[in-house]
Amino acid sequence: MLGRTAASLFWLSRYVERAENMARLLEVGYRISLMPRAIEGHRDDWRSTLTSAACEASYFAKHKDITTPEIIHHLLFDDDNPSSVRTCLRTARNNGRAVRTALTRDVWESLNGTWNEYSQITPGSIGPDRLPGFLDWIKQRAMLFRGALLGTMLRHDTYYFSQLGTFIERADNTARILDVKYYILLPKPSDVGSDVDIQQWSTVLRSVSAHRAYRWFYRDSTYRPWLVAEFLILREEMPRSLIFCYQWLTRSLNGLGELYGQRYECQTEATELYARLKAGNMDDIFQSGLHEFLQDFVNANNRIAAQIAQTYNFP
Amino acid sequence: MGSIFNEMLNPDGSVRGPYAQIHDWVGSLGTAHVERALKEAEGIFRRLGITFAVYGAEEASERLIPFDIIPRVFSAMEWRRLTIGIEQRVRALNAFLHDLYHRQEILRAGRIPQDIILQNAAFVPQMVGLTPPRGVYAHIIGVDIVRVSETEFYVLEDNCRTPSGVSYMLEDREAMMFLFPDLFKRHRVAPVENYPAMLRSTLESVAPSGCKGEPTVVLLTPGIHNSAFFEHAFLADEMGVELCEGSDLFVEGGHLYMRTTQEPKRVDVVYRRIDDAFLDPLTFRPDSALGVPGLFDLYRAGRVTLVNAPGTGIADDKSIYTYIPDVIEFYTGEKPLLKNVPTWRCGEPQALKYVLDHLAELVVKEVHGSGGYGMLVGPTSSSREIEEFRARLKANPKNYIAQPTLALSASPTFTGSGVASRHIDLRPFVLTGDRIRITPGGLTRVALKDGSLVVNSSQGGGTKDTWVLED
Repeated sequence: MLGRTAASLFWLSRYVERAENMARLLEVGYRISLMPRAIEGHRDDWRSTLTSAACEASYFAKHKDITTPEIIHHLLFDDDNPSSVRTCLRTARNNGRAVRTALTRDVWESLNGTWNEYSQITPGSIGPDRLPGFLDWIKQRAMLFRGALLGTMLRHDTYYFSQLGTFIERADNTARILDVKYYILLPKPSDVGSDVDIQQWSTVLRSVSAHRAYRWFYRDSTYRPWLVAEFLILREEMPRSLIFCYQWLTRSLNGLGELYGQRYECQTEATELYARLKAGNMDDIFQSGLHEFLQDFVNANNRIAAQIAQTYNFP
Repeated sequence: MGSIFNEMLNPDGSVRGPYAQIHDWVGSLGTAHVERALKEAEGIFRRLGITFAVYGAEEASERLIPFDIIPRVFSAMEWRRLTIGIEQRVRALNAFLHDLYHRQEILRAGRIPQDIILQNAAFVPQMVGLTPPRGVYAHIIGVDIVRVSETEFYVLEDNCRTPSGVSYMLEDREAMMFLFPDLFKRHRVAPVENYPAMLRSTLESVAPSGCKGEPTVVLLTPGIHNSAFFEHAFLADEMGVELCEGSDLFVEGGHLYMRTTQEPKRVDVVYRRIDDAFLDPLTFRPDSALGVPGLFDLYRAGRVTLVNAPGTGIADDKSIYTYIPDVIEFYTGEKPLLKNVPTWRCGEPQALKYVLDHLAELVVKEVHGSGGYGMLVGPTSSSREIEEFRARLKANPKNYIAQPTLALSASPTFTGSGVASRHIDLRPFVLTGDRIRITPGGLTRVALKDGSLVVNSSQGGGTKDTWVLED
């Protein structure tokens, strides 16, 4: 397989995953902006959405103030924002087109159909009443893509490279969402256990579609920061947790290693990170600082992504 | 040039042999039936992503080419006669190219003026003295042919660079077999589906002599923004070869390699769908990011084969076209079996005068243009368009040639208001490697507008499945 083909497979999955996460973040951000003013600091919430989405710089390059319509436009439609849903879907589809022959028809149709529809939408037509439905649609299209991928692709290198893209992106997203909560919204002692606090933890869980799963899993009616963090970092049952992502990343890298009959540094490093997560416990993580832990994780994740690109000759 | 030849009906209204059953079938088609079939066909094409990019039309940058469901049919006899003519022409073109880049006998013999070859931008001096494997230059040629009577065919132009459209030939057949399987049961239609296999055999047969074992073939594309990208991906997939961009290939230690997810893989044959000028920034356009630095030196050293060879454009240049009958006689010693359309070279004062006096009757084309752009079709143009064109022609007469408006044959075609006659042409695809291979059929293009003679897809033309019936 050409290195460029592998890169396209990796990036097209990564961009679809990013589009889905963006829709989720917006959903939550928008929900908060509708909350009664009793809950102060909604501007901070939008700011934290921007930070979680890694879109702060691109937003403030164009806008001075935080306003709901401008944020929504920036995250959904702005062509200058390399992570807007529009850019993600276009890039994913163009990557898919370049490697059309490596994709099954179902995977290609999901990408192509999504972009064809999205490109027809005029930003002005998505008013507040249509936004929730629209965000749902974006998530559904991402799920359709993933379903097509899982259901029709040969378990061969094409499949592994797509999986790598998905889980590198997802790991990055989950770590970022958690970190923002801890760093930007650093709980003041007075807030702990307050409405604001509960509100914010629920936000974090909603951003990864886990607010109900959390209740079922911990059989607990309140959100405990300790458990939320554990849920999103160390629980393999949770499909957007860091450890889950690394379980799948190691699986895919092992698959490639077997297929090509060679073991590379990225495989070793991912396996080690997975082992560390598996042996980890929340006591230690909080002891040494959650923020530091997450920063380290994001850096390691980026490093592994770069190693993958280098190892498999991405252009 | 007389009356229009009808592919299906004789002047007395009787049905021509090859169309015997098609005629009845067309008669039995209800409008609703056809519309449903066309919708299905469109669905098939969209799903497969068969699109055609139209330069300058931003909103429709990936458009479907209209497809007509009524096939164009040749009898086995008609086709045999045609292929003999095509083969003769293709042999002569390759001999011509070999000569131009070696001893230039044809220039010495004074059959073609030297200037028009040596000062032609399509002549590639870097090719002088170089002999590609098997002496083949134009491995893939699309010959554009029009029919004007039962037995008369004219060649409009030869496409010796990187002719496109073969994917439509294949997909049109797929669509027809899907939509009307019955029709195929009632005919013995020669298959076209072997084309990708034939292409691959042709490409493998011209691997460098030093290549051991099974040659590695790749298809080199300019990328997804190219108008024919769909075809590049389609052919690579059908042949089972990698679809490469320039950045996927590199030259090292006297060989060409592609970057894979494992070890670099050596490449022997490059079926390139990028123009000469962009092949290698070290030899041709230095600003080209599409090509591979050092590729041409490797080619000269016989380490890799480029298909088609660089410099084949000199054989299909419109200013050379008028000399092709001489070319055929010169190299084959035979009379040309397929005729050229009579052509005026506007650079010659006598010819220019005639052309200016008869603009309303003629088709005037740019010598270097393609795709139906920058041309005047006199009979269907307004007097204002003609006057505008007259000014352009006078300003630079050497840039134009003129031809009479040919009475292109017409074929029954499904239109918004039922079945009607529309003008068609034919582009058969000819492969030359260890031998010459011609797919039975080709791409039939149809001008969908009533009376229009422009069949180019970039100008609203459509396509038809082309049938060659077996005896």
